[in-house]
Amino acid sequence: MSNIGKAFENGKAFIPFITCGDPDLETTAAAVRAAEENGADLIELGIPFSDPTAEGPVIQGANLRALSGGVTTDKIFDLVRALRRDVKIPMVFMTYANVVFSYGAEKFISTCKDIGIDGLILPDLPFEEKDEFLPICRKYGVDLISLVAPTSENRIAMIAKEAEGFLYIVSSLGVTGMRSEIKTDLDAIVAVVRQNTQIPCAIGFGISTPEQARKMADISDGAIVGSAIIKLLEEHGKDAPPYIGEYVKSMKDALR
Amino acid sequence: MTNPNGRFGIHGGQYIPETLMNAVIELEEAYNHYKNDPQFNKELTELFNDYAGRPSRLYFAGKMTKDLGGAKIYLKREDLNHTGAHKINNVLGQALLAKKMGKTRLIAETGAGQHGVAAATAAALMNMECVVFMGEEDTVRQALNVYRMRLLGAEVIPVKTGTATLKDAVSEAMREWTSRIADTHYCLGSVMGPHPFPTIVRDFQAVISKEMKEQLLEKEGRLPDAVIACVGGGSNAIGSFYHFIEDKDVRLIGCEAAGRGVDTFETAATIATGRLGIFHGMKSYFCQDKYGQIAPVYSISAGLDYPGIGPEHAHLHDTGRAEYVPVTDEEAVCAFEYLARTEGIIPAIESAHAVAHAMKIAPDMDMDKIIVITISGRGDKDCAAIARYRGEDLHE
Repeated sequence: MSNIGKAFENGKAFIPFITCGDPDLETTAAAVRAAEENGADLIELGIPFSDPTAEGPVIQGANLRALSGGVTTDKIFDLVRALRRDVKIPMVFMTYANVVFSYGAEKFISTCKDIGIDGLILPDLPFEEKDEFLPICRKYGVDLISLVAPTSENRIAMIAKEAEGFLYIVSSLGVTGMRSEIKTDLDAIVAVVRQNTQIPCAIGFGISTPEQARKMADISDGAIVGSAIIKLLEEHGKDAPPYIGEYVKSMKDALR
Repeated sequence: MTNPNGRFGIHGGQYIPETLMNAVIELEEAYNHYKNDPQFNKELTELFNDYAGRPSRLYFAGKMTKDLGGAKIYLKREDLNHTGAHKINNVLGQALLAKKMGKTRLIAETGAGQHGVAAATAAALMNMECVVFMGEEDTVRQALNVYRMRLLGAEVIPVKTGTATLKDAVSEAMREWTSRIADTHYCLGSVMGPHPFPTIVRDFQAVISKEMKEQLLEKEGRLPDAVIACVGGGSNAIGSFYHFIEDKDVRLIGCEAAGRGVDTFETAATIATGRLGIFHGMKSYFCQDKYGQIAPVYSISAGLDYPGIGPEHAHLHDTGRAEYVPVTDEEAVCAFEYLARTEGIIPAIESAHAVAHAMKIAPDMDMDKIIVITISGRGDKDCAAIARYRGEDLHE
């Protein structure tokens, strides 16, 4: 068990996603602090991957900017180590299976534990393949976060039963990115989730406005936002952290 | 053989977003149902024979044999198939399967354009919508194939992300599939990606080695000593190897694209330069840096310009059952020219990698030995690019 549960003790959780190293790690650190100060309950830190197949154009762009800026897994570990001197809210890594596998799963996950990372989200690691990393995650007390999607249907119960930390509900078909409308019957998905697990669930993919966040949090335990924040980094670069702080405040206020 | 969990030794698996899991499960169930269905197989055989022109010829390359002065060389002429490459075998199988599953739309990735053309062809034949993702760089290298796909009624989407080549086209096709699953089948073009694709594509391509075996037994009364094929993802190679895997005396040789050499960064030789990883739905060998970032690969051949290799090949490499050798651009271009002049056959630049390796080993083999080279495609599409490689100012 990690600290992830704490993220859901302060009302509905607001969970921002930030790609590490976009445009540089100093900006990432400032953005994380701005998010925490303005009410973020948990932070998803993206370790960039060259070929992020679950991402839409906005987060793909962030991955490429970060990698071309020279960020590496080791530099991101150093960043988190430094952040943990003052950042108290739970933090999880979101990356792709090869980043963990290639680093050496044991070395990667034990380092997560050492530096204060609470969980791991790997969008290309479905239920059937989770044994690739789950035993090591359990050994070090790092939660391997499970995802359910609008197409999961008969799989939701099976996934929810074994979920750890929190359950990530993918709101829509397709890749990450802002959407004007979310049409999936999320109430039905959340109902099955609730029947099968006590752990909190949060909804992500396509959420950008406070209204959407409130709607999503009404039916679940929190809202996850990525592309809208990355968009601020894309627009303002190194000057983005105050804008991110302001945005996080508006989103968390909507959830209170 | 595929294990029940979609593994070949440690390789393979299903490393894909949850959104796609029910789609691949549905595909696996449908495939397991139809693969032994007499009606399905009857329809597929008719398509293979009457539409694609199978069986493809096994041709004794007498002049090449005499010139090299060693082993007897046979060419398995997949280049004579309709649409000019082995890709049609897999596409007809998958399109027929998709149709039976009630899908109305095919999406596909393509590198050289041969798989895209085959997919567009099958879609036209079977009244299906077709969208092909192709790296923008490749749309320039293979402009004629882009025109052919559009002529056949397909939409071609140039992919601008990453290195704008085959791997990016695969990523984009996967992204498209997660956004539209109900009516869409992802017609993957090689023995790669998540289970069950490596098995399905292999089974549809295995017709190559099935015919090869029968044809050679008829002509020579025995099995070959070596089967040589080029390997990107590895579909024509696995198709050429499959029915010989249990025949331990038959050497199976896959030729990877070494580009400008395996000691340079401009290479696509996965077995020679890659290491174990997880990408595009599978565990296998990939060209990557120490942090697992997928390397930008290079080959003169758009069809072999991929940073990974299919999981069954990775397993055949692990067990030593097949050998994988790198072949450079220069060697492939020389073989392309050689086969044109010696036998009057212009091979695809991809297939020329296999020809090049045969040219290296045949002279040292006894004259009673037999090599079969799979000519996976025809080289018309490559003429302009090879002319430019040789310094001629030729554009399509």
